[in-house]
Amino acid sequence: MSEIVDARGLSCPQPVLMTLEKIKAMSSGKIEVIVDNEVSRENVNRAATNAGWQAAGEREENGEFHLVFKR
Amino acid sequence: MKNVFATRYGIIVVGAVIGVLAALLQKWGNPGNMGICVACFERDIAGALGLHRAAVVQYLRPEILGFVLGAFVSALVVGEFKPRSGSSPLARFLLGMCAMIGALVFLGCPWRALLRLAGGDGNAIFGLLGLAVGVGIGTIFFKYGYSLGRTFKQSWGVGLLMPIVMCGLLLLLFLCPQVSGEPKGGVLFYSLKGPGSQHAALAISLVVGLVVGVIAQRSRFCTMGALRDLILFNHWHLFSGFLALLIFAWIANLVLGQFHPGFAGQPVAHTQSFWNFSGMLVAGLAFALAGGCPGRQLFMSGEGDGDAGVFVFGMITGAAFAHNFGLASSPKGIGPHGVAAVVVCLIVCLYIGFTNLKKAGS
Repeated sequence: MSEIVDARGLSCPQPVLMTLEKIKAMSSGKIEVIVDNEVSRENVNRAATNAGWQAAGEREENGEFHLVFKR
Repeated sequence: MKNVFATRYGIIVVGAVIGVLAALLQKWGNPGNMGICVACFERDIAGALGLHRAAVVQYLRPEILGFVLGAFVSALVVGEFKPRSGSSPLARFLLGMCAMIGALVFLGCPWRALLRLAGGDGNAIFGLLGLAVGVGIGTIFFKYGYSLGRTFKQSWGVGLLMPIVMCGLLLLLFLCPQVSGEPKGGVLFYSLKGPGSQHAALAISLVVGLVVGVIAQRSRFCTMGALRDLILFNHWHLFSGFLALLIFAWIANLVLGQFHPGFAGQPVAHTQSFWNFSGMLVAGLAFALAGGCPGRQLFMSGEGDGDAGVFVFGMITGAAFAHNFGLASSPKGIGPHGVAAVVVCLIVCLYIGFTNLKKAGS
């Protein structure tokens, strides 16, 4: 089961801050981050992979990006 | 498809291109160390429309129109045009006013702070330090849960408003051309002397604006974001574009004979270091709280972000206030009410910061 980070409607740095906060709270596992713009998609991907998490899938639904990371 | 502009090399190339184009615009007629200045150019637009009557800063700068329209076309082509708004628009309007007033105490936006330094203006160091401190204060607010709330999807009609306004201004520029030696062309005001009278040819300014609009939209270039991400996350991505702008503008200035190091007598600048620092501190804090430097706000408004559009109009209104009420500086020094303006704008920014501390997303 993934932990969900809902960052829809928010612009950077908030989606990145929320993702990093969740990452900090979990030493390992699976996180699904939901964003609704391309910039947040790029920034969250960059931040999560920089923090040592692996991109484990991505899907787009109605203009929203569901980004999955695991470690 | 991978967005090559958003890679490390992509953002560096974009920063370099903007730096070189800015230096060239200066060569082609724009004011000294002001090849591109979003704050100054929006101030000039406010003057051209008669919102203030400072005769030396009135010109409907085509670069600004190009920024929005270039970003709009780029976003439309790649499917990133997403009409959205509703994230505390009034707060964003006031942040835009404060940002402009702070920038006009320094005499330049973050882009121009870099271009001033690249042209040898040592006073810009104090402005850039102020900018970094202002953005730094903004990051503390973000760490404590600052948020202006979520945006919501809007209709295409609403998303198109900003590009339509810019097309309207462009039409006005064509319908009301400058008449040699006359302070007015149709309904538009034109400066006969001072920085407003110095500009590259309309077509050149517009094409450069469009090019910058496209590459900045694709790369997410943002001078405030560069400092914010560095301070908040130790992320160097945007900052590498920020440095590239500075370095390549400096190299271009050396090649073009536009590098004149010193503090006194720099073009459109004053030497009151504390107020250079303080003005940009206020501007940096306002940009951070609003989520983008003035250039980025223009690009986002072209992508359909109505809140960014509100910020832009806040900046234009702030420029009108700054010149109508003696808040803006001049090469002689700060304006008669510049000190009060910095204090009031700082209080407004802190008020907006403190009253919006909630956990993001709640």
